[in-house]
Amino acid sequence: MNALYSLIAVLVLVAVAILGVQALGLQLFFGGILPYFAFAVFLAGVVFRIQRWARAPVPFRIPTTCGQQYSLPWIKSSYLDNPHTTTGVIGRMLLEILFFRSLFRNTRAGVEPGLKRVVYSPSLWMWIAALAFHWGMAILLFRHLRFFLEPVPQVVSAVIWADGFFQVGVPVFYITTFAFLLGLFYLLLRRLFIPQIRYISLPNDFFPLFLLLGIGTTGFLMRHVVKTDVVGIKEMMQGLVGFHPLVSEGVHYLFYTHIFLVCVLLVYIPFSKIMHMGGVFLSPTRNLANNNRMKRHVNPWNYPVKVHTYPEYEDHFRNKMKEAGIPVEKD
Amino acid sequence: MATPKPDQMEYYKHDDMWAVDFLPPSTGWMETPVNFRPGSFIYPGKPKHLEYLGIPNPREWEVTADDWKLPDNWREIVLKTLRNRLERSRTLQVFMDVCVRCGACADKCHFFIGGGDPKNMPVLRAELLRSVYRGEFTTAGRLLGNLVGARKLTIDVIKEWFSYFFQCTECRRCSVYCPYGIDTAELTMLGRELLLELGITVNWIIEPVSNCYRTGNHLGILPHGLKDTLEFFAEDIEEITGIAIEPPINKKGAEILFVTPSGDFLADPGTFTCMGYMMLFHELGLDYTWSTYASEGGNFGLFTSAEMMKRLNAKIYAEAKRLGVKWILGGECGHMWRVLHQYMDTMNGPADFLEVPRSPVTGTVFENARSTKMVHITEFTADLIQHGKLKFDPSRNDKLRVTFHDSCNPARGMGLFEEPRQIIKSVCNNFFEMPENTIREQTFCCGGGAGLGTDENMEMRLRGGLPRGNAVKYVQDKFDVNTLACVCAIDRATLQTVCDYWAPGVEVTGVHEMLANALVMKGEQKRTLNLRMEPIGDDE
Ligand code: SF4
Ligand code: SF4
Repeated sequence: MNALYSLIAVLVLVAVAILGVQALGLQLFFGGILPYFAFAVFLAGVVFRIQRWARAPVPFRIPTTCGQQYSLPWIKSSYLDNPHTTTGVIGRMLLEILFFRSLFRNTRAGVEPGLKRVVYSPSLWMWIAALAFHWGMAILLFRHLRFFLEPVPQVVSAVIWADGFFQVGVPVFYITTFAFLLGLFYLLLRRLFIPQIRYISLPNDFFPLFLLLGIGTTGFLMRHVVKTDVVGIKEMMQGLVGFHPLVSEGVHYLFYTHIFLVCVLLVYIPFSKIMHMGGVFLSPTRNLANNNRMKRHVNPWNYPVKVHTYPEYEDHFRNKMKEAGIPVEKD
Repeated sequence: MATPKPDQMEYYKHDDMWAVDFLPPSTGWMETPVNFRPGSFIYPGKPKHLEYLGIPNPREWEVTADDWKLPDNWREIVLKTLRNRLERSRTLQVFMDVCVRCGACADKCHFFIGGGDPKNMPVLRAELLRSVYRGEFTTAGRLLGNLVGARKLTIDVIKEWFSYFFQCTECRRCSVYCPYGIDTAELTMLGRELLLELGITVNWIIEPVSNCYRTGNHLGILPHGLKDTLEFFAEDIEEITGIAIEPPINKKGAEILFVTPSGDFLADPGTFTCMGYMMLFHELGLDYTWSTYASEGGNFGLFTSAEMMKRLNAKIYAEAKRLGVKWILGGECGHMWRVLHQYMDTMNGPADFLEVPRSPVTGTVFENARSTKMVHITEFTADLIQHGKLKFDPSRNDKLRVTFHDSCNPARGMGLFEEPRQIIKSVCNNFFEMPENTIREQTFCCGGGAGLGTDENMEMRLRGGLPRGNAVKYVQDKFDVNTLACVCAIDRATLQTVCDYWAPGVEVTGVHEMLANALVMKGEQKRTLNLRMEPIGDDE
């Protein structure tokens, strides 16, 4: 059900774009006005969310330690999984952000009632899919720079060349397109077919998946199926970048659909879980050093509390303490 | 034989316990009501304890009753507290916002593995709270409701929170696997704080808290009682070793203040560990003292609220200052070390009246404790062993075939892995690790942490203890393991039940109990008995 709602929502969006362009002739709106709006919302929203997190205090230093602590000289501490220095923390964060270290630990708990045992086996498909999807998307976005920049910087051309290394098809298929789409597809399938994951999935877990699939598919179709006019698209993109939006004649409606879905995504991001891309940097179980006993962490709102002081305690129990021969402060 | 009751483990048939299908119910989780069956929840906190501690809304109430007698403005109270806690913690804000519901954490929780209830998947446990945050505090949630996983705060939600925030042992295992490090334990703590404002907590937690506030320790041991206990231990030690020990109590000017969980004073097998400390310190001629005021290292405040944690923890530094000691040494305990390692200095420091800990025996300076000035006993002892300061006869432990349980808090809130292992390997000849996905940072909870280790809660304890118990069973079958060593007082109290049920025949022991049995002391008689007064060796 939740998946269906989201799928319908994305299909409606696709229809809106196609109708808008084909029936109402809103090319300029979709290709030249909406992107500014979407980008502005995206930027403002993301900045707002991150600064709100960043301004909130971190009362306690609570790293989740995933390896040996730094203690005695002959015991080797786990520099990255339980870092006690800033460099270690940077290393841990890089591993987490670039290579999804924690997801790499994933195991599956297999309960075997017949044999009365639980077996834990490594389960890396999600890690592989997540890597393929995120890295695929990052490189694919980078490739898109060729539409915005003239002349195309060499590093962009180099990436494009490497990405199409296998030279299959005309125009060539990019490896990252497949990584992105396959990764995405796997993430969708597990949400649909693993009962527990389906149970926890909300419509707004499916929505971004369908949206990205929509973006990916329209992009793929544009390049490989309808083979739309790349020169025209590039003119429009450069128009956007140079703040004089224009409409190139003869650009396929799929292009407008593509752009529209991207705009929706941009607007959606600040209000959604996709903010995990910023939040991961701020997670105190990962971005703090386990140097708790070495360096005092200050809680800005640490307030005095009511305690049972020693004098009160002794007043309570003085006679008993004296009888038992336990030293007291006051006789 | 009398029919067993839900608070006895005999009540639970093994086949039933294994017959869990892990399939979620047909109703969505927001529509599935909680089911309070005997054996799966803990009784409410008694009003006298809440009153003594100044907690609002103390009253008599029943978990299974329809009416929980909430104050009229209960919604306001909860929402106000929630807003306040979010404002003052980036941790909570981020954890509210960034979960992508990937489910990596789902089958990492021992309660889910042992029971299959989807609300015991950490992600869903957290969603119980997040859904209310979205529904009450975010625009999208208010407008779109269920579509974005938002709902309003209702009395049923409060009941659900009570059920599931007291089915989480705050063990942080889920946090290890989460790609964003989301620590569901943090959200459990938040949830418990919110409930506390309504006077909702469990007696198994709040009574120890109130005891600790009044008498200095969870068990309510009075000063003379503590002295009697330690003297009683000394008598046993004398019988076993022929060595007379006089435990120093509230001694001003001692070099070291020693603090350990009070469970070690009262219940076996913790008591044997306590005797172990006494023997070790005596052998070293350590200038140390026990304290009757700071007679508890554990801190059930951690399971209550941040404020309560601070209130109970304050006495440790206060006592160190009053007695004029140089530094503090802490015994074997799990959650105690979470508090000492990650919270104490922040909450009640700086401890600028103490000195950087330095072992008087080896001269080692504990740089890793240079600010907090408190050292873990296994760090201290591992250092002694490394420098050859202790003499052992490991063969005295030859009857033991040992495995080691990493307690959640020292594992995932500190990283204490090698220190206890170094000791164990020095004092016994047969040591075997459990499977690697069940130890170190991946260790499984005993099922009774965070204040859930009471018999009322037997079903959940056994279910939560299944992954740990099953791993013990594995080494029992494979290597004939008969001893489960640990460095935690709650473990010593709860794991015996887990073993009796899931791996019968395995006994729980503290690391310093094993150490003391192997320790060759100056002037001791030939040892024939171990600390449990059982014969050593084969001459039975
Ligand atoms: S692993 Fe983390 S992000 Fe994934 S569902 Fe669990 S808490 Fe959410
Ligand atoms: S902290 Fe432990 S008990 Fe709580 S949800 Fe996570 S894994 Fe489960």
